Amino acid sequence: MVIYGVYIVSKSGGLIFNHDHNIPKIETEKTFSFPLDIKLQYENKKVVVSFGQRDGIMVGHVLTAVNGVPVTGRQLDDGRDVFEVLENEELFPVNLKFERPKMTTNEKIFLASMFYPLFAIASQLSPEPRSSGIEVLETDTFKLHCFQTLTGIQKCPSPKQVLGLNLGLE
Amino acid sequence: MTVHNLYIFDRFGTMLYYSEWNRLKQSGITREEVISNARLLSFLKISIFLIELFLLQEAKLMYGMLFSLKSFVSKISPLDTKDGFLYYKTSKYALHYFETPSGLKFILNTDVNAQHVRELLQQIYSQIYVEYVVKNPVCNMKEPIKSELFKNKLDAFIKQSTVFASKAV
Repeated sequence: MVIYGVYIVSKSGGLIFNHDHNIPKIETEKTFSFPLDIKLQYENKKVVVSFGQRDGIMVGHVLTAVNGVPVTGRQLDDGRDVFEVLENEELFPVNLKFERPKMTTNEKIFLASMFYPLFAIASQLSPEPRSSGIEVLETDTFKLHCFQTLTGIQKCPSPKQVLGLNLGLE
Repeated sequence: MTVHNLYIFDRFGTMLYYSEWNRLKQSGITREEVISNARLLSFLKISIFLIELFLLQEAKLMYGMLFSLKSFVSKISPLDTKDGFLYYKTSKYALHYFETPSGLKFILNTDVNAQHVRELLQQIYSQIYVEYVVKNPVCNMKEPIKSELFKNKLDAFIKQSTVFASKAV
């Protein structure tokens, strides 16, 4: 059991505090032979897997190294372009390292302000009268706890890891 | 424990089916009440139209919320998600969500103490929906389900389930 992070959201929906406690790093390394069977795409200054997830490499994961040489943007640290390298048959087999991208501060602010409307709609859609908003939200990978203070500031000590498969622990 | 209501959406966001069992809040009145009152007042058509309108709006809100919730969950998750969102709870009810690989969405609102609702939703899909809608040549799968057989089987299934049965608590 582990706490992944804490978010404090203000009454108006903005993120006012955030603490990353224990975000696991997900990295996969694999050696590929010539026609590369995964499709890579360059977006938001990162080389991202867009199709063909396999062996723990998922769509959305970012390419971080080619043969141990780190990748920045779409360039290898020795100045070569990633896509040119991966089209060159002579350089194969090639070892690629992928990583699940970490959330940026901008994304955190965006997500925190996205939670407030969800919280409000949940109380509106209630089949019973006078329901609160979301208190606990569970998914297959984490559990989110939300506490709304009397003054309306929301604290979501989240996401809490779920032990086993879906059997959540409080 | 109790079951409040069930929504079924297709992958385009059309509400295929809606039914309710123990619903307390619905702009103050329930569907049956309006229908019986309407019969008395012979405003049946207008009242039914109003219920449908209200339901449609609620369905849109529900689908919209689930759509955002799903994207929220997949973005905030520290690990790669597989099933993604499973349920949420408020002080008064719990919303359980089940999506099939074909994008069909089942949403069941229960009270907060209900257990094993995901299995129940899976059974509704495999034992009721597949049996009485998919295998029914008269049912068009893109349109709201009008089959009485489906309705009766679903109602019986929900009423015999443990989630519904232990209401007396």
